[in-house]
Amino acid sequence: MESLKRAWLWFDDRTGLGSALGPVIKHPVPPNSASWFYVFGSATLFAFMLQVATGVTLAFMYVPSAGEAYQSLQYITDQTTFGRIVRGMHNWGASAMILLIGVHMVRVYLTASYKFPREMHWISGVVLWALTVIMAFSGQVIRWDQTAVWSTIVASEQAGRIPFIGHWVAQFLIGGETIGGATLSRMFAYHVFIVPALLFIFIGLHLYLVIKNGISEFPKAGKPVDPKTYREEYETLVKKKGIPFWPDAAWRDMVFGFIVITTILLIALIIGPPALGPPPNPSNIDALPVPDWYFIFYFAFLALMPPQMETYLMVFGPLLVGALLFFLPFISNRGERSPLRRPWAVAIVALTIASISGLWAIGISSPWSPHFDAKPLTVEIIGADSGPIYRGGMDFNEKGCLYCHTISGHGGLRGPDLTYIGDRLSTDELTWRIMNGGLNMPGFGGTLTNEELSDLVIFLKSRTKQNQEASSLGGD
Amino acid sequence: MNEKTKTSEDCSRRQFFTHISYTLGGLAAVMVGIPIVGSVLAPIVKKPRPIWRPVGELKTFTVGDIVKVSFIDSSPLPWAGVTAETAAWLHRKGQEEFTCFSVNCAHLGCPVRWVAGARLFMCPCHGGVYYEDGTVAAGPPPRGLYDYPVRIHNGQVEILTSPIPITTV
Repeated sequence: MESLKRAWLWFDDRTGLGSALGPVIKHPVPPNSASWFYVFGSATLFAFMLQVATGVTLAFMYVPSAGEAYQSLQYITDQTTFGRIVRGMHNWGASAMILLIGVHMVRVYLTASYKFPREMHWISGVVLWALTVIMAFSGQVIRWDQTAVWSTIVASEQAGRIPFIGHWVAQFLIGGETIGGATLSRMFAYHVFIVPALLFIFIGLHLYLVIKNGISEFPKAGKPVDPKTYREEYETLVKKKGIPFWPDAAWRDMVFGFIVITTILLIALIIGPPALGPPPNPSNIDALPVPDWYFIFYFAFLALMPPQMETYLMVFGPLLVGALLFFLPFISNRGERSPLRRPWAVAIVALTIASISGLWAIGISSPWSPHFDAKPLTVEIIGADSGPIYRGGMDFNEKGCLYCHTISGHGGLRGPDLTYIGDRLSTDELTWRIMNGGLNMPGFGGTLTNEELSDLVIFLKSRTKQNQEASSLGGD
Repeated sequence: MNEKTKTSEDCSRRQFFTHISYTLGGLAAVMVGIPIVGSVLAPIVKKPRPIWRPVGELKTFTVGDIVKVSFIDSSPLPWAGVTAETAAWLHRKGQEEFTCFSVNCAHLGCPVRWVAGARLFMCPCHGGVYYEDGTVAAGPPPRGLYDYPVRIHNGQVEILTSPIPITTV
């Protein structure tokens, strides 16, 4: 023990690290900032450290080659010691980072900690958030399966809508004109070299600023920020009442960080990494590329926006959100910090969370997608085993109607439920609608024979409440 | 030599050192930057030559049918593996008349499926639907399906490899 201490004293004497870093980690912080509301930034950092550790571990086994990455992922998941857990931690660690960085941002926004003199804390934080989103997306792509390939194409198509340079940006993302050998190598370089390097730089800046300007004190209603006096007041506060960051405030970060890391590990152990989809073969088109859960709301947004406005929303929407976030401290860097005196800030947060949750819930069921795997209508549902009603029911199954319309619980959600359509539309209206289509329905006038059309209309006309009740009674 | 001259001389020496340091640093960055940035940006400038790829003998395609054909893209890299493959929807409209559609939806590039019973192409992502002639039938696509050039050569149906179609504004 004594010799260890001597060794440390020698090391500290020659490097000066103890005396340089000691005051930094023990710097005084406002006593009310030692709060459970203030643990999300450090938790994001812990999740990032886990991502670095698990990411480097995966790089020991992963092959960033378009033709072999998929097999290497299968190998990591199924054959290596602990590989499955490491992949799981890397995946759920990404989820944790996205979630925690979001909560951290909401907390900073609600307590207006971005106001003077901490404008650059917020701006560097917005850059870190954008980099984290890029990491999340590129990470999903280098999980090189079928969804990854199609997600790259979908992202490139969105980039393609940028005026003037869209085509070039799209080809830059794909790494050429088609998905192929170059695509994955480039995406791998972004994910493991370029973006992490930027993350390290901006995390360094973010932490440096926290030390330079200090952790913001928990806001009090009626105590506005005045740039003229704020610094002096803050210095007096920490001088008089400040507590050392380590360990008086930091223990909460450690406790919450421990819970976060343990949760990620447990989820990795219990649920494991996401299952790999089919191989990344662009000629296999039986694909439904749905992103990971935290991007589902954006996937829903892309599907639901009005087509005539979508180019503007797709390109300028994210730019506008990014710009608003980036320039927020310049919109207002003084005045009240307490959420109790900033009702609009609370409303904006509530509205954002409600919108994302709403889009997320719709995105999960994605009612706009045709259900190619819908269960066909049975003879019992059709209510006949021969004649025009039966033939019409079979046509409903075979002509694609079923993919978008539900009858008695079978079918897709794109169009209206037709279980009782016979009560709502007349024979003529049904015929007209099938022939000509509508807003989101193709016209079938050119593809159906007269007999098929007549059978379909007779079948749909038989979808009445009375008939359904009679058949269910008959069934009993 | 008075005090004032000394200072201005000092300043000009210092300015010279500052300028030369910035200039040399900048010059070095530009010199190495050209090949670095150039190689990263090359894929958007360098276009592979389109190639006619055979997708099957003429007699294997039935008139009126629309079938998926797979082929290798224009510039497969040796390590591309299955990612070098690509697909298209081939429609034999007459004895020697073919149309070939890209599998990419004109909305956001998802792979459209041919639903033979309905004679429609349907996109699984955001609900785009196209008629068999490639025109938009429903949903968000801003235009019809893109088509690829097709030819018949020595009894083989051939498709000209094309880039992934990017819908621009």
